[in-house]
Amino acid sequence: MIKALPIHIQQVVKTYGRIHALDHVDLEIKSGEFLTLLGPSGSGKTTLLMVLAGFTRPDSGSVRFGDREVIRTPPHKRDVGMVFQNYALFPHMTVAGNIGFPLRLRGVQKDDIHQRVEHALSTVQLDGLGDRRIDQLSGGQKQRVALARAIVFEPRILLMDEPLSALDKKLRDHMQIELRRLHEKLGITTVYVTHDQREALTMSDRVAVINHGRLIQCDSPRTIYDYPASPFVANFIGESTLIPVKRSNGNVVLDGQVLKVSGAVPDGRCSLMLRPERLTILPDRRNPDYNVFPGVVEEVVFQGESFVAYAVLESGTHVSMRGISQRETVASLPSRGKAVLLGLHWEETVLIPEANEDAPG
Amino acid sequence: MADALNARELRQDEWREKLAMFGLSLPALVLVFAIIVVPVGWLFWLSLFNDEGVLSLSNYTRMFDSKSYTRIFITTFKVSILTTVFCVLISYPFSYFLSQLPKRWAAIGLFTVLLPFWTSLLVRTYAWLVVLQRKGLVNEWGIELGLWDQPLKLAHNLNGTLVGMVHIMLPFMVLPLYASMRAINADYVKAASNLGANPTRAFWLVFFPLSLPGLLAGMVVVFVLCLGFFVTPAVLGGGKVIMVSMKIETLIDLFFNFGTASALGVVLMILTLAVLFLAHRLLRLDKILGERGA
Ligand SMILES: Nc1ncnc2c1ncn2[C@@H]1O[C@H](COP(=O)(O)OP(=O)(O)OP(=O)(O)O)[C@@H](O)[C@H]1O
Ligand SMILES: [Mg+2]
Repeated sequence: MIKALPIHIQQVVKTYGRIHALDHVDLEIKSGEFLTLLGPSGSGKTTLLMVLAGFTRPDSGSVRFGDREVIRTPPHKRDVGMVFQNYALFPHMTVAGNIGFPLRLRGVQKDDIHQRVEHALSTVQLDGLGDRRIDQLSGGQKQRVALARAIVFEPRILLMDEPLSALDKKLRDHMQIELRRLHEKLGITTVYVTHDQREALTMSDRVAVINHGRLIQCDSPRTIYDYPASPFVANFIGESTLIPVKRSNGNVVLDGQVLKVSGAVPDGRCSLMLRPERLTILPDRRNPDYNVFPGVVEEVVFQGESFVAYAVLESGTHVSMRGISQRETVASLPSRGKAVLLGLHWEETVLIPEANEDAPG
Repeated sequence: MADALNARELRQDEWREKLAMFGLSLPALVLVFAIIVVPVGWLFWLSLFNDEGVLSLSNYTRMFDSKSYTRIFITTFKVSILTTVFCVLISYPFSYFLSQLPKRWAAIGLFTVLLPFWTSLLVRTYAWLVVLQRKGLVNEWGIELGLWDQPLKLAHNLNGTLVGMVHIMLPFMVLPLYASMRAINADYVKAASNLGANPTRAFWLVFFPLSLPGLLAGMVVVFVLCLGFFVTPAVLGGGKVIMVSMKIETLIDLFFNFGTASALGVVLMILTLAVLFLAHRLLRLDKILGERGA
């Protein structure tokens, strides 16, 4: 078992001209954790990963692997494994040559290299492919070779920059599970970059959401999804409609209706988060567990495993509601132009503080 | 038995297309034949007749008997090899530097290399003569600055020839080298250093092997061009550097000896082809070596 190391990132700043690629990022990554950096294009995910790998020199800040400050350590002395987005497998070497490369650099004996390369190959289920040329591999195989090369020298930290983005969906889903399994087996501290929210939620112990170079929220997938810390996170992860709410006498009011809310009500201005799959169609207003939003159906769209109903509330807000394609729910579907009662269970009624941290600049 | 649906028509279409393709390329084929195959064949034919116009191999045997011919071939190869070596030594670091620059800056650097291309070869060669001769710029400044007190022999010998040839051949080396270095994804070098290679090892183990195709291509082009070079050694060599092409010129101009001249040409061509063949094998060898992960 590889001994993993925690990563402490403190106040890391990186600017390109006037762009803040990283804006005072603080992040504690636990030993053996699978942490995903998630954010839109240009948010600074790659930059942060490159700072960890040592390829980008930040303006200021501190990065520690365990107790060791590495902010000034050149990449070749950092001992972190890395899977590049395009794999960066050396085309002038065989698969075995690639995987053995880090061992060769570390002066490992030839026999030993051979043995460890074979072992790494079987770890990624590519037994017997050692003699292949790189251009004779499929995308998925390249991905595995890159992974084998990154772990063969038993680094205590593994970095991956969108390693699955070049694969088709089926293979990507499969590799997600496999990477996760491998992580459990090796127990190596892993920082994973993606802009695919589903991938982030599927694979991670924790997800760090980044926008405009700033860390917005870092929590477990469930917490990120159920209790987003800001409108940006709510919108970026999953679908949601945010409706501003009013306060009166300590109550939260929407369209004149007092909302039953789960958890604490945040200070300051906030919005109600409506996720399509959390809404249900109610026959009447009798169930006290539900907040009820009357509206009119605009359209119903069949999407295979689920259907989506688009409705407009009395306040004029457009919302969508998702239900699984199942006999009962389909039967209860209203048709276009009909009035509906959309219900949201109070436990799933979450208010999002309207923070200004999302503002660019 | 009846043909499959439309099979006959489709087969006809294919034939028609092939015929059209052949017809279209015919003029080019004729041209190539007329300006390359015919003259070379004619030269070869000429080389088979001795001074009395009798069919014999004497033109060739003379080449192997006479020491002066051997010396000419040795000089030719020596000049070509040295020029290639110096071109590599100058071009490699230069191209590497350019390849690491942003594209816009690199374009300026490339432009400076290509600039001489727009000047006549003869003018450039004579310009070097002006710079390198006994009372040329270099010598005057060197003596003025007290670096040396007797004029150095820079022109009218091998030195001058090499300086001129290297200068003229440089673009042929820089262009393929630069192109192949540009094509090397920066991630390869990054990956190497991530895997533990210090900058020197990352260069030798990853960057250099990946730049080899460009390097070998440049070397072959320069070497082959040098083998048949005439103007620069003629002007800057001062008669001391006699290459095959110059001998051919004297044979024809002075002695009107087409037979021997043709034989020289044929031998030079065969040697050139041999070099190309060797380079071809080498290029493949490099690939094979690479595949071993060596
Ligand atoms: N070398 C550079 N020079 C100038 N600006 C840069 C450089 N590298 C990154 N940036 C800028 O820094 C910001 C963050 O870039 P980064 O590559 O980290 O984004 P990302 O989150 O990885 O995006 P993506 O999902 O598209 O890969 C962007 O605005 C980008 O334009
Ligand atoms: Mg990126």
